[in-house]
Amino acid sequence: MSVVDRWDVVIGLEIHVRLDLDSKLFSGSSARYGASPNSQVSLLDAAIPGTLPVVNAKAIDYALRFGLSIAAELPEVTRFARKNYFYPDLPKGYQISQMDDPIVGKGRIEIATEQGDKIINITRAHLEEDAGKSIHDVYDDWTAIDLNRAGTALIEVVSEPEMQSATEAVAYMRAIYNRVTFLGICDGNLQEGSFRCDANVSLKPKGSETLGTRAEIKNLNSFRFIEKAINYEIKRQAKRLEAGKKIIQETRLYDSDKDETRSMRGKEDANDYRYFPDPDLPALKITKAMIERQQKLMPELPEAKLKRYTEELGVRTDEALQLAYDVAMSRFFEASQELTQAEAAENAKFLVTDFNALLNEQSAHVADSRVSAQQYAELMDALHEGLISRQIGKKVLAEIWQTGQSAATIIKQQNLAQISDVDTLEIIIKEIIHSNPKQVQQYRDGNDKMFNFFIGQVMKQTQGQANPVQTKQILEEFLTND
Amino acid sequence: MINLSIRALHELLSTKQLSAAELASVYLDRCRRYNSELNALLHILDDVNPAQLLQAKMLQKDSLLAGIPLIHKDLFCTQNVATTCGSNMLKNFKPPYDATVVSRLNQAGMLQLGKANMDEFAMGSSNEYSAFGSVANPWDSQRVPGGSSGGSAAAVAARLTPVATASDTGGSIRQPAAMCGITGIKPSYGRVSRYGMIAFASSLDQGGVMAVSADDCGIVLATMMGHDNKDSTSIEAEPWSWQPPATASMKGLKVGVIPAWLDELQDEAIRQSSQQALDLMVAQGAELVAVELPHAELAVAAYYILAPAEASSNLGRFDGIRYGHQSQTVERDINALYQHTRSEGFGAEVQRRIMLGTWALSSGYYDDYYCQAQRIRRLISEDFKQAFEQVDIMAVPVSPEVAFKKAEKSDGVSMYQADKFTIPASLAGLPCLSMPIASAHNLPVGLQLIGPYFNETAILKVATQFQMVSDYHLQMPEAYV
Repeated sequence: MSVVDRWDVVIGLEIHVRLDLDSKLFSGSSARYGASPNSQVSLLDAAIPGTLPVVNAKAIDYALRFGLSIAAELPEVTRFARKNYFYPDLPKGYQISQMDDPIVGKGRIEIATEQGDKIINITRAHLEEDAGKSIHDVYDDWTAIDLNRAGTALIEVVSEPEMQSATEAVAYMRAIYNRVTFLGICDGNLQEGSFRCDANVSLKPKGSETLGTRAEIKNLNSFRFIEKAINYEIKRQAKRLEAGKKIIQETRLYDSDKDETRSMRGKEDANDYRYFPDPDLPALKITKAMIERQQKLMPELPEAKLKRYTEELGVRTDEALQLAYDVAMSRFFEASQELTQAEAAENAKFLVTDFNALLNEQSAHVADSRVSAQQYAELMDALHEGLISRQIGKKVLAEIWQTGQSAATIIKQQNLAQISDVDTLEIIIKEIIHSNPKQVQQYRDGNDKMFNFFIGQVMKQTQGQANPVQTKQILEEFLTND
Repeated sequence: MINLSIRALHELLSTKQLSAAELASVYLDRCRRYNSELNALLHILDDVNPAQLLQAKMLQKDSLLAGIPLIHKDLFCTQNVATTCGSNMLKNFKPPYDATVVSRLNQAGMLQLGKANMDEFAMGSSNEYSAFGSVANPWDSQRVPGGSSGGSAAAVAARLTPVATASDTGGSIRQPAAMCGITGIKPSYGRVSRYGMIAFASSLDQGGVMAVSADDCGIVLATMMGHDNKDSTSIEAEPWSWQPPATASMKGLKVGVIPAWLDELQDEAIRQSSQQALDLMVAQGAELVAVELPHAELAVAAYYILAPAEASSNLGRFDGIRYGHQSQTVERDINALYQHTRSEGFGAEVQRRIMLGTWALSSGYYDDYYCQAQRIRRLISEDFKQAFEQVDIMAVPVSPEVAFKKAEKSDGVSMYQADKFTIPASLAGLPCLSMPIASAHNLPVGLQLIGPYFNETAILKVATQFQMVSDYHLQMPEAYV
C-alpha cells in the first residue's frame, strides 16, 4: 500500500509573481534584473528618512488584469498594509504588502489532472514589494546587501488547499505561470526568481474531514523541484505520522542537492508581523473604468486559443496544445500565419516538429529565435507552393538560422528547388525501376511496404528535391502498369 | 526691525532700503548671540547660501518671501545640512535631498539660517526630550517652551528669525506657540507635503508655520501648501492663496465654544484670559455658540495608541545598517546589533513609545487597541462635522497651563495630558492655530482656533482680525528686545 492509499494529501500554494515593470512598486528606480549591486536604489528603497512611497499605477493595472484572467472578484477599494520585521535586506523595517482588501479577491483556474479537468479556487492575490538580497557567500565574515531587488513589485497568489498531489500542484503552478506570461505581466524567468512558490503540505487520514498540521516549504523556483520537494515532504510526514509522531508546524527549505526538506524555523520563532494599514498610502479606489481598460487589454488566453486553433484553423489538437499554452510559440505561430499563404495546419505541424527540433538543437527558445516570423513565413510559402519538400524545408530553416538569408535566396543559391518537372521525374523513376527488378517484383506480389523503398530511392537520387506528391503519382503509375 | 511683519520687511527689501544679506546678518547675529542661553537652534549656518541670496534678489519684487530669513525644525530634511530630528540616532545625518517644504520656501527666495531644536522625533510637549539638551523659554529661562516644536517657537519668540517651520502631530505647533506667545498654524492634514519631513506618526504629522502674526503665517503657508506627487496623502486642490481681511469686523461669524473645556481649566488666570479673548471677539461682532464634542474625552487615549503604533513602524528603519548611529559594542550578531544600536541611539521617551506602539499592534491586542482607537478617531471626526454645521470656526483653549518649569513633569502620562485640547483636532485632520491672547503669571497664554477641513482661511482670517485690535502677538520677552 502506498502513502496515498492511507493518507489524503492536502496542498495549498502561495505563488510570488514578479511583475514585469520598468520601475519598482513604490519608487521610480529601475526594476531591471542583474544590474551591478546597489545601482538601482532610490532614496526610498534605502529607506532614507522622510521619503514616502507612491504606488506604481501600472502595477495596479497588471494585478487587475491578472484578477480578470482568473474570473476573480475585484474590490471597490484596495489597501496597503505594513508587515513589520527586522532584517538587513528590508531597509524600512517593514514590507509594504496587503492584508485586508487585497487587490484581487476570490478567483479560480482550471487544471488538467489524470482524473480530468479540475477547478482550483484562488483565495486572493495581493500586491507587495520584494525585499533586497542578503549575500552570505561572497565575503568571509560579512553578509553583503544588494538593494536592487528591494521594492520590486510582486503579486502573491494564494490558492485554497485543494491540490491532492505533487502532480496537481505542478499543474496548478504551470496554469498560473501560463496565465501571467500570457497576460504579459511577468517575464516568467524562473532562474531570476520571477516566479517562485511556497507550498503548504499536510496529510490527513484517508477520508477524514479534519485538516492535519501543515509544513510550509519555502522558495521553490522550478517545476521539477516543487514536485520533488512535495513528494519528499509527503513521505516524510507519512513516516512521522505512522511512527506515532506529530507534525510540527514549521517552515522548511528544500535542498535540491540532497533532495530533502529541512526545518528552517518553527512556529514559535515565527515573527509577529504587526500588520496595520500603511498610513502613507491612502485606500485606493478601483473604478469601473480601470477594470474596463484592463478588460480591453486582456489578450486571448490559452483555452480560447486552443479552441480557435483547432476549430477555426484546423490545427491538430496535439499540435494546437503545444502552441496555445506557450506564449512565445503562439505569438510566433500567429505572426507567421498572418504572413503566409500556407494552411494553418501545415504551419503548425512544421512549427511544432521541425522548428522545435532546430530550437532544441540550438538550445534556444522561440522567444530568442534567430529566424523572424517574416523569414519563417517565406519559408512556409515555399513549402506551400511545393517549391521545396519538407525535408529540404528543414535544411533551409537551419540555413536561415545560420546565415540570416531569406528562404528564396538559399533555395536559389544552393539549387534546392524541388524537382516538379514531370519529364525529369519520369526519367529518374524509370531508371530506378529498371535497376531494381527484384523489389519491383516483390511490390507487384503484394508487398506494399516496398513502395516506401522506391520513394526513398527517388529522394536519394534527387537529394530530397523530388516533389513528393508527383513522385508518388508517377511511381504508382509505373509500378502498376509496367 | 526685529518686530516688523513680513509685509513691512518686503517693503524695505523691495525698495532697497535694506538688502537681503543685511537682514539675514541681523538675524544670524541674534542667533549666535542668544542661542547659547536658549539652545533653540541645533545648527546655525555660517552664512546664508549665496545661491539662495541670488534667488532672493531675483525674486525681490515678485515674492513677498524673497529675502525673508527662516529656520527649519530639525525634522525637515535639508540637503547636505545636518538633520538630526533631535536624536542621537541621526546625530551625524546629512540628508542627500531637500524636503518639499524646504525646496518650496527656497524657491520663493527665503533664506535659511539654521535648524531648530525639538523633542526627539517630535515626541514630547516640553522639548526636554531632545538628545541635544532642553530649550529655554525666552519669557523665563527656567521654564520650557513647550514641544515638540519648542526650538522653532523659542526662536520666533526671541526674534532669532521672523519665521520658523514646525510640525504638529498632536499639538506640537499650537502648544509651544501658546507657551512662547507667538502665532502658529497647523493646516489640514494633506495640505502640506510630508515628503522629506521625518515621520513620527504618518496619519497625523502635518507641517506648519510659526511667526509673529497670523498674517505672516498666511503668507508663508500659501507657499508651503499645495499638492505634491511625492506624497500620496497630499490632497489635490486648487492652489490656496492668502488675502488678509480688510476690516476687524467679525459680524455674522459664529464661533463655537466648548463650555466644558473652559470649566476644566484649573488655572483661573487662563480661564479668565480665554473668556476675555472671546468677549473681544464678540465685541468685534462675532456670535458665540456653545457646541459639544462628546467623544473628545477619549482623544488622548486613542492618540496614544495610534501615534505610537505608527511610530513603532516608522522608526523601524533606524537600524544602524545604512545611516545613523551604529553601536560599536557588538559584532557578528545582527539582533544584538539592532538592540544596542537602538538602545543607544533612541532616548527614553522614544523607546517608551516604540514599545507602546509595538504592543498595541501585536497579535491579540490589535483589535482591542488599534482598531478601537481608529473607531474613536472616526467618532471624533463626526463630532467635529456636526459642530461645524452650527458654527464657522471653534475657539477653545490650547493648553491647560502656561509654560511649566523644566523637570516639573517627570512622568510621561501627566505630560500626555497636556495635549488634551490639541489632540482632538489632530485626530480629525482639521486646520487649527494658536494665537497669543494674554499674559498670565507674566507668561503668554494662547487661544486655539479650529476650522472646518480645508478651511485654513477661516481661522487665519479671524486670528488676523483679532490681531488688528490686540497687540499680544507683538509683545516680546524683555531679555531679547
